[in-house]
Amino acid sequence: MNQPRSSEGMSLIVKTVCGWLKGFILLYGIHIILYGHLTPGGGFAGGAVAASAFVLVMLAEGEQTGLKTFSRKAASTWRSAGALLFLGIAGLGLVLTGTFFANFWTGNESGGFGSSIQACELGIGMLVCSSLYLVIVTAVPAIKKQERPVKGEAP
Amino acid sequence: MIYSLCFALILIGLYGVLSQRNTMKIVIGLLVMEYGIHLFLVLIGYRAQGVAPIVEHGTDQAAWVQQSVDPLPQALVLTSIVIGLGVLALMVSLSIRLYERYGTFDISKMKRLKG
Amino acid sequence: MPEVVVALILLMIVASLVAIETPNLLYSVVSVGAVGFLLSIVFLFLAAPDLAITQIAVEVITLVLLLRATAGARHEPASDNRSFFSATVAVAMVVVLAIFSVRMFAEFPEFGQPVIDRFADAPSNTYLRDGLEKTGAANIVTAVLLDFRAYDTLGEATVLFCAVLGAQTILRKKARKQPDEADEEVES
Repeated sequence: MNQPRSSEGMSLIVKTVCGWLKGFILLYGIHIILYGHLTPGGGFAGGAVAASAFVLVMLAEGEQTGLKTFSRKAASTWRSAGALLFLGIAGLGLVLTGTFFANFWTGNESGGFGSSIQACELGIGMLVCSSLYLVIVTAVPAIKKQERPVKGEAP
Repeated sequence: MIYSLCFALILIGLYGVLSQRNTMKIVIGLLVMEYGIHLFLVLIGYRAQGVAPIVEHGTDQAAWVQQSVDPLPQALVLTSIVIGLGVLALMVSLSIRLYERYGTFDISKMKRLKG
Repeated sequence: MPEVVVALILLMIVASLVAIETPNLLYSVVSVGAVGFLLSIVFLFLAAPDLAITQIAVEVITLVLLLRATAGARHEPASDNRSFFSATVAVAMVVVLAIFSVRMFAEFPEFGQPVIDRFADAPSNTYLRDGLEKTGAANIVTAVLLDFRAYDTLGEATVLFCAVLGAQTILRKKARKQPDEADEEVES
């Protein structure tokens, strides 16, 4: 049977279904991050869900395709960018109001998009998503190499 | 009584950490302890027939304040859950390095010290 | 409704006992996953929706990590002629803590009467009453995390950053030489 995709990763059925799902999961995660000030969730919860979308891609399609989707360097950059955004909003509060971490942009409460809390959530969401993805990407490929000595082949 | 059950969960995790020899089992014991502690914190903040601490449109504010659960333990546990995963990653990396160095997960077989 | 929570916690206790005691690492990891998912359902019953979302997502990633970490060595028996002395010490310590805890939990308030019920000037009452107008966030947990207690969140973000940095450092390629090469380096 012709397989149009590479042979790395899981079977064709799993790859097809995960191809449909990964967009929805990532979108759900981004929504939880961005609307954390109105609905349950926030940066930590949304970051965890968004990270699981990237982990899904890495598990279903194999490491190489997963790393092409979101490489280690890109994950490190997003992680630092998220932390700097969080600190930047806090410092901006210092500059504008004189108090570190001042809530200087309250926004309007009825379905409001845009407040300093939301910008902080975005920063934390970026930090958490890339951190959790980096954790899996660092540990999981590292383990494959150790499987061979156990199976009886001489190293 | 619920608090005692939750404490039993923490004690089971502690027993796992103290008595097991496989590093991955020690990690699993720590994980169970973490679950127990998070559960304990959230149980302390629960109000009978409470609702989630989220203000909804068109609800009576004063009645909701009397009805909602404590938001402070939930905020503390929320960050703790994600950090628990980061710390688990550290523990698992150490386990993997130990496995590569000694060829086993068993801590009683890790006796070779350098120098 | 506390009955459902009690039943779920009993299930969690059974699953955690299975996770700790079973010699097969695969069963152990699957049981610990069961404990995590049951905890997420308990969070839903305790009116903590953010925690339920976070717990489910983190539990999935935990399972992936643990399953791959134990992949190479599942056939190894996990607990094998463990020394009687250490098992006895562990059980004795746990029993002592349990005995002390009976006295401690007798002094606890009843389940369902948090601090905010008993003390009108608890900080959480201020957060609940004025959270929306002071911070502009309808989700009071987020308001606490990012406005009232923002320094704690800064600390937690730092901890997460450093934990991942530590995991990356431990598993980098330069540090993972074979044991013989490392010993030769030390001797020379």
